[in-house]
Amino acid sequence: MSRPIIAVQGVSKRYELGQVGMTTFRDELSRLFSPASAAPSAREFWALREVSFAVEPGSIVGIIGHNGAGKSTLLKLLSRITEPTAGEIHLRGRVASLLEVGTGFHPELTGRENIFLNGTILGMTRPEITRKFDEIVAFAEVEQFIDTPVKRYSSGMYVRLAFAVAAHLEPEILIIDEVLAVGDVGFQKKCLGKMQEVSEHDGRTILFVSHNMNAVERLCNRCIALKAGRVVADGDNVAEIVRTSLGGGIQSCSWANSGAEWANEWFRPDRMTVLESTSDTVATTAFDNASAVRVVIEGEVLREDAGLQIGFGLYNSGGELLFWTTVRDTPEADWLPLPRGRVRLVCAIPARFLNEGAYRVDLFLGLYHQRWICEPGVSAPSVSFEIQGGLSESPFWVERRPGALAPVLPWQVTA
Amino acid sequence: MNKLSPSYDVVIRPRQSSLHFDWRGLIQYRDLLREMVSRDFSSRYKQTILGPAWFVINPLITTAIFIVVFGKVVGVPTDGIHPALFYLCGLLGWSYFSQVLASTGNTLHGNIHLFAKVYFPRLIVPISVVVSNLLTLAIQLVSFAVVYVFLVTTDPTVGSRPSLWVLALPFVVLHTAILALGVGLILSSISAKYKDFSHLAGYLVQIWMYASPIIYPLSKIPEKWQWLAVINPMTGIIEAFRSMLLGTHGVSLPQYACSAAISAVLCVIGVLVFQRVARSFVDFA
Repeated sequence: MSRPIIAVQGVSKRYELGQVGMTTFRDELSRLFSPASAAPSAREFWALREVSFAVEPGSIVGIIGHNGAGKSTLLKLLSRITEPTAGEIHLRGRVASLLEVGTGFHPELTGRENIFLNGTILGMTRPEITRKFDEIVAFAEVEQFIDTPVKRYSSGMYVRLAFAVAAHLEPEILIIDEVLAVGDVGFQKKCLGKMQEVSEHDGRTILFVSHNMNAVERLCNRCIALKAGRVVADGDNVAEIVRTSLGGGIQSCSWANSGAEWANEWFRPDRMTVLESTSDTVATTAFDNASAVRVVIEGEVLREDAGLQIGFGLYNSGGELLFWTTVRDTPEADWLPLPRGRVRLVCAIPARFLNEGAYRVDLFLGLYHQRWICEPGVSAPSVSFEIQGGLSESPFWVERRPGALAPVLPWQVTA
Repeated sequence: MNKLSPSYDVVIRPRQSSLHFDWRGLIQYRDLLREMVSRDFSSRYKQTILGPAWFVINPLITTAIFIVVFGKVVGVPTDGIHPALFYLCGLLGWSYFSQVLASTGNTLHGNIHLFAKVYFPRLIVPISVVVSNLLTLAIQLVSFAVVYVFLVTTDPTVGSRPSLWVLALPFVVLHTAILALGVGLILSSISAKYKDFSHLAGYLVQIWMYASPIIYPLSKIPEKWQWLAVINPMTGIIEAFRSMLLGTHGVSLPQYACSAAISAVLCVIGVLVFQRVARSFVDFA
């Protein structure tokens, strides 16, 4: 029986909300002189409460949870960036944390200089880096630009180089947070492959936090789910934990009719799901914007009617309606028939169209100008999903843009 | 690699003693120190035409300004020492001190993006500043020597000669480094929480300069202010530089020892306070 390489025992972390953000000396003085104003600033927030778990060497542990569940705080504690309020963590190995790629890159320095600087920041020694230098450069595919200052790199090259350095670390424990949200799909695949290789061949332990549930399911042999700072699930049934802890409650990627819901004479909705564009079975709540989001509605047409309209309304996290879409939006000549019996309707919300954020899909079901069966925003079954990253391929645009939508539109320039 | 080295057994606990000092971590990360020093040094003159020559030009220009403003216009005496040598020599210790102080004083805020993302012994950053500025100081010492030789050979009235104390130069430089590091770390720790102090730091350096005998000789300080010169540890350092390089007798050994002791105490306080603040800094920054 091997000793756990990571042992977390009853760890809690408290933040004092009054101190979040910079206080000024004046604030502090005024607090000193008027004790009354001290009370509200003492509000506290427990980011983690009594978290305990142990990790065996060689495992890849996925840590999942909604925003604010305490994932990042846990990683910060494990990587020694901040200290716990209570509890104890034992680490029996060298830790390297990748909470962001390219940490400490200096824009004026060349790729070569930055490999050494970044490598040593991440805890490598010079001889180690020298030994792996060629491998790192080849992995990042930046051979020609290795003596160019990184400020002239494209954002893709920059990220590739940064990940390459990190991927060649040789710590016993590697902590990774959301690095895979950046870079193009091909490079992401390469990174996932590298991580798997590192863990399988070298027996290294990896803690992996991601919103990319597919990556978590594919890579991890254990999963810990956090909710409001507590561990709510922990085990090697990764797929199940991913589904139950993220699928439950308001955030559900799939809705199924429990029986007699929405009963009417025309159409019985059975299921509504959001699917990733590449898979026909995997329902997911987290999407990359580089691929289409498919909304699938399944049910049975009970009575044919020319006015039957099936579709959905899409809402953003603020509850605003972005659009309605139905199978009857095209000229009448192009309408697809809705014959009696079971039907499956699929609508793809195109890639590079929605902005980063959470969305709700409400079923739209009715008879044109006669009656609503399911009215979006009023009374309808709904599913939700989230878009994270992949907003564009442009180096000028890597994060959420202002506005409800984030479409990449064609442009023409005439001089 | 698969064997776990017991030496890496780390325990993370709340509020470790502030007297705890992570020597092992510093040694483990010595290569990072080296990389940071070379980053500091080389990034400073990238995209400049003159490159490292700026390290020589800066004190020469300042000296020229001092000669015109304080020597010619205001008429501050230099105790019979050639004004160029007097100012240049005073600036050697001062510019090293003020540069280290200014950069280390910003250690926490200036590196928040790093500290929030990755762990390494935080002291590596200020120590790297101390070391990289040593290279600057070395270049300036050489340029001082060149100016000195030029003046002595062309102007027979220049009577200043280095004393044997010049052998103690490394010790005085170390003393300066310790003082600058200590004050810088204290400043960085205070301004981590109260950003107001990062605005005050610039004035602190300016006032400190005028309070130290750089543009005027120690003998010009009135009797009733002499105590200030004694508790100001920079007095000892500036005068020590002049005693070593120009053979003056501005500072007595006990006075210098007092300056060294104050510096050592400030450095210990700085390291302890800094370590304490750095552990939780990312939570409130």
